Amino acid sequence: MARLAQLALSEDELDAFTSQLAAVLDHAADLEALNVDDVEPSTHPFPLKNILRIDEPGESFDIEEVFEVAPDIEESQFRVPPILGEA
Amino acid sequence: MKATEIAEKVLSGEMSARSVVEQHIEIINNIESDVNAFNLVTAEQALIDADEIDSKIASGETLGPLAGVPISVKDNLCTRGVETTCSSKILEGWKPPYDATVIEKLKEAGAIIMGKTNLDEFAMGSSTENSAFGPTRNPHNLELVPGGSSGGSAAAVAAGFSPLALGSDTGGSIRQPAALCGVVGVKPTYGRVSRYGLVAFASSLDQIGPFANTVSDAALTLEVISGHDPRDSTSIPEKPLDISGVLNQGVEGMRIGVIEELSGKGLGGFSQDVVSRVEEAIKVFSNAGADVESASVPASIYGLSAYYVIAPAEASSNLARYDGIRFGPRTEAATTAETMTATRTKGFGDEVKRRIMLGTYALSAGYYDAYYGKSQRVRTLIMNDFAKAYEKFDILISPTSPTTAFPLGDKTADPMQMYLQDVCTIPSNLAGHPAMSVPFGSGEDGMPVGIQILAPAMAEREMFQAAKVLESESGKGIE
Repeated sequence: MARLAQLALSEDELDAFTSQLAAVLDHAADLEALNVDDVEPSTHPFPLKNILRIDEPGESFDIEEVFEVAPDIEESQFRVPPILGEA
Repeated sequence: MKATEIAEKVLSGEMSARSVVEQHIEIINNIESDVNAFNLVTAEQALIDADEIDSKIASGETLGPLAGVPISVKDNLCTRGVETTCSSKILEGWKPPYDATVIEKLKEAGAIIMGKTNLDEFAMGSSTENSAFGPTRNPHNLELVPGGSSGGSAAAVAAGFSPLALGSDTGGSIRQPAALCGVVGVKPTYGRVSRYGLVAFASSLDQIGPFANTVSDAALTLEVISGHDPRDSTSIPEKPLDISGVLNQGVEGMRIGVIEELSGKGLGGFSQDVVSRVEEAIKVFSNAGADVESASVPASIYGLSAYYVIAPAEASSNLARYDGIRFGPRTEAATTAETMTATRTKGFGDEVKRRIMLGTYALSAGYYDAYYGKSQRVRTLIMNDFAKAYEKFDILISPTSPTTAFPLGDKTADPMQMYLQDVCTIPSNLAGHPAMSVPFGSGEDGMPVGIQILAPAMAEREMFQAAKVLESESGKGIE
């Protein structure tokens, strides 16, 4: 799970988290006894559907402000370490 | 002083906005080092804003209903050019390029932002101890927690740093700290207040709401921040609320149900003194002419289990954006993938990691139906049971929190014990309904107790009417 979530954990952390998460899942086991096969799932509390905005250009963020808080930029682009192979 | 009184005096010229702000800065300077309610105090900007209000008044301009009123805002609300950290190292130093809609609305109304308040990292917690910048302490007793996750906002109001504050509530993060700090805290109907510019935790549950010392101040603040916003696709297409007009209408003839599952008779773990305050609240409502009876929302006892699957599932997805590529600090490594992992490992605290992993697990192919799918169906059950209860009742009540404030460090080693703090508040988030906490007396330890008032979707007005009745009798020693 840690790998899927892009987190690197030490052996000690893995042990601690495993038992803590097991406790939460144990608590959630009370749901197992419920028969909800005939109940529809809810993803959202309010019945709004297909909310689209009018397709016209609006005001955008100030690009200077966006780059000011970026970790690394080069010529108006975000700079990242190599993705594949050698740099 | 009340927010409504400050605005009245500033607008009439009886007080200057600068003097109001100076008084509050003085209180902050005196005791903030003990309380640690703020991640950042923006005193200089607050004085500049106050001077601007004063000069507008001098030149006869029309000002909004919160003219000159200091307000503190939770540090997961985006403020343009002002550091917004979510109390996480992963956003340390990040200055948003835009204001949240609620911040725009506060400024339009003339409110003056005093600073950004502390929270459990990314609003995940019930004690404001999971902050990368140290815990907030309860102003009533510095050895105790203020509740959470909006503990900084609740403490700021309780300590007198500002008469108003904004927080966010995903599973009780406004109501529980309001109860533990003895202030009013409101979670509006989902979609009532725009979430644009609120850093997302669990998007189908998150909602912004006010803290205040009085019910009428909370009502005024909610009026200011509510209303449709095209920038939030889940925003309900309705006009801003008008609550003040009905606030004093009382509860005569109102049908009020006491949720038996959440009042010490169903689920365990409730302190006797909290249960006693609920019984006294029932008498207050009965004496005021309401028809009070026991109510049942059977599926509410499954709320906690469903929530601790749904909220982490949504969080694991929402927090995937923190990868050190476009904003925030980056921990450099050889490749982009390793950089992302290193940045996240260093930037997130333990509770956030726990919830990301829990959510990743609940959404993974082999377990999706057993956990996430099932929880979504239980969510429907809870909505159905609330709907049935509201056929018989106009509003429902319960304690806000099963206990009064607890000592720092008491529950940090056992996440499940911490999660149980939210057992009464979570069902309203799952249903999308409004609910608020009103201070009502204290426990044997002398710490505040909050009564929760729950209402059907869009019924904030009835909820506030009942809150006003309860407030008027609070602390009078009910016979």
